[in-house]
Formats: sequence, structure tokens, C-alpha cells
Amino acid sequence: MLNISEIRKQFPILSRKVNKTDLVYFDNGATTQKPQTVIDAVNNYYKDENSNVHRGVHFLSGLATDKFEETRDAIQQFIGAKHKHEIIFTKGTTDAINLVANGFRSLLNKGDEVIISELEHHSNIVPWQMCCDFTGATLKVIPLLDDGSLDMITFKKLLSENTKLVSVAHVSNALGTINPIEEIISNAHKVGAKVMIDGAQAASHIPLDMQKLGADLYCFSAHKMYGPTGVGVLYGTDKMLNALPPYQGGGEMIKEVSFEKTTYACLPHKFEAGTPNIAGVIAFKNAIEFITGLGVENIAKYEDELLQYATAEILKIEGVKIYGTAKHKSGIISFNIEGLHPYDIGMIVDKMGVAIRTGHHCTQPIMNKFNVPGTARISVAVYNTKEEIDVCINAINKAKMMLS
Amino acid sequence: METIQDIQGEIIEDFGMFDDWMQKYEYLIDLGKELAPIDKKHKTEDNLIKGCQSRVWLHAEHIDGKIIYTADSDAIMTKGIIAILISVLSGQTPASITDAKLDFINEIGLKEQLSPTRANGLVSMIKQMKIYALAYNN
Ligand SMILES: Cc1ncc(COP(=O)(O)O)c(C=O)c1O
Repeated sequence: MLNISEIRKQFPILSRKVNKTDLVYFDNGATTQKPQTVIDAVNNYYKDENSNVHRGVHFLSGLATDKFEETRDAIQQFIGAKHKHEIIFTKGTTDAINLVANGFRSLLNKGDEVIISELEHHSNIVPWQMCCDFTGATLKVIPLLDDGSLDMITFKKLLSENTKLVSVAHVSNALGTINPIEEIISNAHKVGAKVMIDGAQAASHIPLDMQKLGADLYCFSAHKMYGPTGVGVLYGTDKMLNALPPYQGGGEMIKEVSFEKTTYACLPHKFEAGTPNIAGVIAFKNAIEFITGLGVENIAKYEDELLQYATAEILKIEGVKIYGTAKHKSGIISFNIEGLHPYDIGMIVDKMGVAIRTGHHCTQPIMNKFNVPGTARISVAVYNTKEEIDVCINAINKAKMMLS
Repeated sequence: METIQDIQGEIIEDFGMFDDWMQKYEYLIDLGKELAPIDKKHKTEDNLIKGCQSRVWLHAEHIDGKIIYTADSDAIMTKGIIAILISVLSGQTPASITDAKLDFINEIGLKEQLSPTRANGLVSMIKQMKIYALAYNN
């Protein structure tokens, strides 16, 4: 059993007021709030440890480098990666996908196929469109069923020896669907395709074990898992990452540079050109410790309770429709109320201190599929409570009254 | 004909009567509901304004030296805002529209009441209204 009121005390922002009322934060899918330990780690870095990593011989540089690398160790453990050098630090999920999509420009040819799905975030669509435009490869899309789950029958038909890569989300940010990625991976591997998983909405909600999962590539963002913005992780198997060419050129990613020939550094440095977000990476370890301290399984179980409760309460609102009703769902609820624009709802509940997301959630193909301009979205984190859900539902009802 | 300045003054006065956000929002919702409908044939892709979370269509006509705006949105509060802008600018001359300083927006606390995305929408709406006026001014 998690002690939620103790957990809440670790997040200073949760006790602030918004529009003169208590903040009720249900936009965790966009970014989560940060515990004091993460905030302190950023602060301490600049106060006490600031120095560039992997370069200097002096004391501070060594200290910063050690702490930076400790986060890599922590991530390796957290996701069950076989090797430390399979953990690449990026700016975030978007950056990680772009790194991979850029690398695949030299691995794909005309006639090759890349498969994504209809529920992807734009950041797992556009880089592949760009990659396919460049290489002449074809982009195929796994369609969505009406409940917001992937049409796995069609997926299996899309697979062929032409399929070189399948890139899908672990959890949909707009619908909450948890995709059957184990099944996707094993089917894709049968035809020799590589698999990349966008884990942005999964990493702090679902236990991960890369060696068991068998994905070739997996990525996520620190800021959606109680960590700082501007930091993310690309995990890739040693074999996959060695097959990809470097992304950006610059300092740190080279072995030797001359005008005749430059050779690249080994993993992970090959993909980490330039000075990284050192403070962010260091503080990310505190976020991981926050999560593992509670236990991802415990977080998942509690968030599922919140999901079930919120779903039941929302369904009591007259004229409501929930988008994404798959059997396996994470703590995300997208909905609309008949005759009301999600935007009007969001504006009014905001005045009552309730932060929800409205709009297309960077998933316009999903909105087109359901034929709506956008939805209102509640997404939970471990610090949310049933009482907050009640406040949110009251606010929504109030908005409905004002707007009808 | 009232000037843009006069009308702005009246709006500021109207909003001065409200004690809290809820009254303000309810007023906006009412204005939104009362907004004169736009002719269906003007609800085109070309007349859509970018930069708003909700969709906004704006149409302008030049009649007897004055500009007449009609508009619509799928969100009611956005319609309320449009209604206010139309009450200030519609029926004025192109020159006075392009020169208009819309001080009332700050004074009635609309800007700070509005989320950044909404504020952007507001800015885009005003910009588009002025662009139409500029086109007829030449
Ligand atoms: C499923 C999914 N993929 C990718 C992203 C992009 O993440 P970031 O903006 O941190 O790069 C998000 C963030 O909203 C997401 O939810």
C-alpha cells in the first residue's frame, strides 16, 4: 500500500494555489511534477558540482562525470538492459526517435517498408515520413479498432520480408491503450524486422525488462517520469546501435579526427555529441529512485485504481463519450461531452484549479479516426487521489451547467 | 456611428460590473450564443484562422466604405470573444480598424483570463481582422 499523502508532501508544487484554489493536476501525460529530491539535485549540481563531463582531469569534472554515469547505471538497472553502453542519453523521446529515423536513412532502400500505427504521437509519425521520403521506403499504418486498440490481424498481414522496422507506442498518450508490444515484437522478428517502442507514456507506469521484452530499440522522456525536462533515453541493443550510423557530429562522439578520416567513438558516446544536459541527467537518477522506491508494480496498481474510479465517475456525466475503451489501459481518459467543445470545458475547469489537457494531443490521425476536433484528457500520476478526481468531476459538471 | 474608442469604453464598463471569473465567463458564453450566424458559404477552409485551439472562421465584407465582419467558432467561449471583437470593429472604416488600439482587452482582464493558447487565438483573430481592413484600405 502506498502512502499517498506522504508521497504528495514530496512534491512542493502540489500545495500551490491556482486561480485561488488548490491545484488539481491531471495533465501528467504531458509532463509530471517533480519531487523535491529531483529539484534539489538540479540545484546542487549548479551550486556544488558544475563542470563538463568526460573531459577534464580536474576534480569537479571527475565528480560530474561520475554522477552522470551513475544515472546511466541506474537506467540500465531500471529497464533491465544487458549492457550499460546500450543506454544513450538524448533530449527526450522525440530526439531519440529522430536519432533512429535518421540512422535508418542509411539502412533502408526503395521497396523496404516501415510500419507504424494509427495511434502514434506525431513524433513517432513525422520522423518516419521524413525517413521514407528520403529513402523511397514505404510507410504502412496499423489501423485502430473502435475501442482504441490496434487491429492486430491487419498488422500481421502488413508484415512481410519487406518490413524492415516496426515502430509503435507502448502506451497511447491520447487513448491510454496499452499495446501488445510483446506480440508485435515476436511477429516482427519472425520476418526479420527490427522493432522500436516509444515508451514515453509507459516508463513510469509499467515495469520494464528490456532483456525479456526483446525490443531492438526503446525510448522515453525523463520529464514524464518525475524527472527534469530536456533529458531522455534511447535504449538499443548493442547490435542495433552498432548498426546505426552516428546522428550528430561533434565533440565527444569521435575517436580520432583528421581532415582525411574521422573515426567514431564507441557506444554510448557515438550518439552523444556535444555537452549534454548534465544537471538534468544527474537529477534523473533521483526520479528513478523515487519510482523504484515506491515500486513500479505498486504505482501501476494504484494508478489502475484511479483509472477505474475516474472512468466510472466520468461515465455518470450525461452525454459523455470516452475515446479509448480497450481492455488494457493505462491511466489516461480521453472524453467529450455531447454538444460541448473540449476547449470550453478545459477553460472553465482551469478556473477551478483543475489542469486537464484539451486538443488533439499531437495525435491528429486518432482525432480523424474518431471524427472529433479534439478531446478533453485526464491523465493520472501516483500522487493523484480519488478526492482530486471528485473535484475534477465536479468542475466538469459545473462547466457543463454553464455551457448548456 | 459610435467610434471604436466609445465602444471599448462601454465594454470596459460592462465588465467592471463582474465580481468574479464565473460571471465574466457566463457573460462570454451568453455573447457567444447570441453571435449573429455566419453565412454557411463563408465557413470555408480559406476563412479558417490558424493559431486557435478551437476553429474560428472569419469573413469580411466591404459595404459603403465600412467593413462588416461575420464569424463563427465551434467553441462557445471563443465565439463570445469574437462577438466582442465584432462589436468593436464591425461597421467601422478600414482606416480606423487598422489604426485601432484595442486597450480594452487588457482592461477587462481578458488576456490574463485566457490560457496562452487562447491568447494566441485572440491575437490571431485581431491580426486577421486588421489584415482584411488593410486589404480594403488600399
Ligand atoms: C506517446 C508519446 N510519444 C512521444 C512523445 C514526445 O515526447 P517528448 O516531447 O518528451 O519528446 C510524447 C509526449 O507527449 C508521447 O506521449
